[in-house]
Amino acid sequence: MSLIRKLLPPLISGALFGAGLTVSGMTDPARVRGFLDVFGQWDPTLVFVMGGAVLVMAVAWRIQSRMAHPVFGEKFSLPDRSDLDRPLIVGSILFGVGWGIAGLCPGPAIASLALSPLSVLPFVAAMLAGMALQKLLTQRARAA
Amino acid sequence: MTFDAFPYAQPLHGLVGGLLIGLAAAMMLLGAGRIAGVSGITARATGLGKGDMSPSSAWGFLAGLPIGAAVVAVLLGLAPARFAEWPVLVVAGLLVGFGTRMGSGCTSGHGVCGVSRFSARSIVATVTFIAAGVITVALIGALS
Repeated sequence: MSLIRKLLPPLISGALFGAGLTVSGMTDPARVRGFLDVFGQWDPTLVFVMGGAVLVMAVAWRIQSRMAHPVFGEKFSLPDRSDLDRPLIVGSILFGVGWGIAGLCPGPAIASLALSPLSVLPFVAAMLAGMALQKLLTQRARAA
Repeated sequence: MTFDAFPYAQPLHGLVGGLLIGLAAAMMLLGAGRIAGVSGITARATGLGKGDMSPSSAWGFLAGLPIGAAVVAVLLGLAPARFAEWPVLVVAGLLVGFGTRMGSGCTSGHGVCGVSRFSARSIVATVTFIAAGVITVALIGALS
């Protein structure tokens, strides 16, 4: 019972997120690549997706700034860095290249496991391998 | 609702989906006090990343993504999307996994949660991965 109570809020948040990605067509790689195809047949749908999400979240941040702690927790645990470093830029470039190649980013890829499991599985498996490789290289660089 | 200039765009679907995504991220922020960043949550769930989120909450969120996607696909009667061939997906997946970890986030964490908070790191990351995606799609289009 306590496990269900603990799992339910993140599960509902994830389900809403997956529903939003699917309603907006973001689980269709062709639509995402259409957004990136600025010099071809540009499809601006993603602008509306990001706009709608940012709008709601901008309000949420205003509410958050007046809260002492989250509704179901003791404290907020949020990123607090503001420096622009090399890994941020290089990592974002690598991500953008992969995003452009396949028209997939992590959210839609995992959501697609329900819609086209076999087609998207190579991407999800490779994504986890890429994350593991990044962790390994970072640990090695720290040790050296 | 359609645009004559952009026949492929689905602005209303995009906006509704975007609002749902924003709501999901707002729930994570105000409820659990955390960022709904899919790449970070994936790393947390698989033990590839550190963080304050419990692995069970991370798995709860990730399990929600395909559940929400499946519900919408059934309700709207969506046909499965088309994905690239598996070798292409593997290359893209490696880049997305490595890049999102190196750059500390993806479309959800930087693009939605960070941009709406006016985080300088997230704005720079978002502009960078969209630019990299645009250039990648343009190059692939020019070469094929």
